[in-house]
Amino acid sequence: MTRPSTVPDAGRGDVVTGPPGPDAARQRGHRPRPGRRRALAVFLTPSLTLFLLLVVAPIAVASYASLYKWNGFGLPENHVGLDNYTRALADPVFRGDLWRGFVLIVLSLTIQLPAALGLAMLLNQPLKGRGLYRLVFFAPYVLSEVTTAVLFTLVFSPNRGLGEVISRWLGAEAGAVFADPDTVLFAVFLVVSWKYFGLYMILFLAARQGIPRELHEAAVTDGAGAWQAFRHVTLPLLGPTIRIAVFLSVIGTIQLFDMVWVLTGGGPIHASETMAVTMFQYGFRRFEVGYASAISIVMFVLSLAFALVYQRVVLRRDTEGALTVQGDQR
Amino acid sequence: MTVHLSRRTLLGLVGAGAGAYLVSACSDGGSDNAGGPQAINWWHIQNTEPMLPVWAAMAQEYQGAHSDVTIEIQPLENEAFKAKLTTATQAGSPPDLFQSWGGGVLKQQVDAGLVKDITDEVRPWIGGLLPAAVQPYTIDDRIYGVPFDVGMIGFWYNKDLFARAGVSAVPTSWAGVLDTVRKLKGAGIVPVALAGKDKWPAHYYWAYLAMRIGGLDALRQAAKDKNFDTPDFVAAGERLKELVDLQPFQRGFLGAEYGSADGQAATMGNGGAAMELMGQWAPSVQASSSTSKKGIGDKLGFFPFPAVDGGKGSASDAFGGGNGFAVGKDAPASTVDFLKFLLTADNQRRAAKTGAVLPTVKDAADAISDPNQKIVAENLAKASGFQLYLDQAYPPAVGQQINDSVAELIAGTKTPAQIVKDITQVAKSQ
Repeated sequence: MTRPSTVPDAGRGDVVTGPPGPDAARQRGHRPRPGRRRALAVFLTPSLTLFLLLVVAPIAVASYASLYKWNGFGLPENHVGLDNYTRALADPVFRGDLWRGFVLIVLSLTIQLPAALGLAMLLNQPLKGRGLYRLVFFAPYVLSEVTTAVLFTLVFSPNRGLGEVISRWLGAEAGAVFADPDTVLFAVFLVVSWKYFGLYMILFLAARQGIPRELHEAAVTDGAGAWQAFRHVTLPLLGPTIRIAVFLSVIGTIQLFDMVWVLTGGGPIHASETMAVTMFQYGFRRFEVGYASAISIVMFVLSLAFALVYQRVVLRRDTEGALTVQGDQR
Repeated sequence: MTVHLSRRTLLGLVGAGAGAYLVSACSDGGSDNAGGPQAINWWHIQNTEPMLPVWAAMAQEYQGAHSDVTIEIQPLENEAFKAKLTTATQAGSPPDLFQSWGGGVLKQQVDAGLVKDITDEVRPWIGGLLPAAVQPYTIDDRIYGVPFDVGMIGFWYNKDLFARAGVSAVPTSWAGVLDTVRKLKGAGIVPVALAGKDKWPAHYYWAYLAMRIGGLDALRQAAKDKNFDTPDFVAAGERLKELVDLQPFQRGFLGAEYGSADGQAATMGNGGAAMELMGQWAPSVQASSSTSKKGIGDKLGFFPFPAVDGGKGSASDAFGGGNGFAVGKDAPASTVDFLKFLLTADNQRRAAKTGAVLPTVKDAADAISDPNQKIVAENLAKASGFQLYLDQAYPPAVGQQINDSVAELIAGTKTPAQIVKDITQVAKSQ
């Protein structure tokens, strides 16, 4: 439920909290002086309070509630142990949620991100009016999820939506894609991609522009073609950004809610339901808050597990500098 | 207030009940000082024409006459209201006056101590209301809400389209309905408009069929025994399947909403389908969501849900419900007085004149001018029995499961026998 912190430098040892005194260097890595401790307390208390209140406390309460059969009114009293979890894992809808989440992740990683990367490379070329293109492609990201979803329900309104009109020209009937259990998940993916590919495109574009020109010049001098230069120079140097994009994409997909809720409500017949939608249905429609809490905890654990493993294994090299190197040597 | 509430909504989402604790900790509830200035926080779901300005005008008038009372109105869309109320009630701070349909949801709120027992305060005037309308708000002989609107579900049909398909009389049996559907299809007309995304419109079919086949007692018994796995309920699903197999619904109905621009009501209001099974509000929603904003006017007709051959239920039993207001636990003292004001015969007449409300105050019945509404009121008046919407009458989890299960039946992924097992399983778990 709770978004895991994507800022990995919370553990950074040396926090600059005041003007460095003459003995700041000597103090480095040691216990802070009383004055600094006071400063630390002053600056950390507000954020720590908020963090405890809005992140840690809800997690604690939700994990507690997930052990009860509870309709959300009064205090939970009917302790059922892990029943809510075994129920979730046996529930075809919830298992379907896991499968659909997996499908969406695979689609994101194989279609959405490569497309964004390709577009970023294209918009890095000296094109006429590329500033305008960049703006246009990034624009959807600025819209809120709900606005986007409402927009697309109109576009794919079965009988008079724009999607229907255009697809008729093309000899197809795409107007009812949200009404067909076989196509709805892909339609949702399309809308999610429409909204988010701009963000990834900008990330990739920024990273691409951070690659020194000399490297490509050197590659070309050595006789590399466009593809070779991309494959052996650009791509490796985009590595950190790609890895972060994958991370954001996966976490975002696990938590997908607003878009699906407004577009389809999870239907028809659960065909586009995600874990968050199932949780909402049970918590806010059926008043089975205990069960809904269990689902939210599963979501949280999945996100957390993925975040930890990914940071440990995949992002280790990228975050090494941020976590361990003190000065700016890059 | 707005900022506070939106933060509350957000928190509720973040914690799924976990946030609720936090919110209840930082919300102080309403004030209860009878003498000083009072603010009544009122949530209603008549968020469109024609009732929206009527409520606003009534609130203005009440404030004019009572200088110490301010009324903060929050008009909300039906689904948005449900989500928002859930967060507020789970946080233990319901609004002072809010939409209620009575039944199982109200009972949960009563059990949780969120709603005020107003029996003694309304006793002097509640007798002026239709008893059938008040019944869903009566729990263990205590009154927790007051209905301002009561109606029933029935078939609304387009007379022109029926005529074009050669249907001269409205069907009086389920077999007749199926026959009509076949004729309409044969004439190239979409027989039935249905909002599959919203689910509740589809549950009307299954519920009515169960009522006609098993009778009202079967529905009460099922709730009591927590058992829907009986031949009558299976038969209801099978009859519904007969209709679904004719593919009578508009294109893309599984994704259609009730009130949106291309939804069930708009399809009817634009003349795109021949009939829908819907409540007394259907004509006004058809009009407001149609392209012309006028609906199909006097081409619209009404017939009650017909009998099912061999069924035990009476064809004059009505299925429906109404809209009412419940009073939150911390509501200021004048809230019930304001409620009384909303339900004076005069104000009920004003509401009835919009055509969107069927009055519950007996004296206001003369103000029903719309011929369609008159027919509904007449059918309701001679109804031999009354059943509240199943997704309101039963506990929320059971009601939602019925909606989900009927949706699965209509989509063809579950059989009639499977869905009664699913519903029973949820009922037993409650």
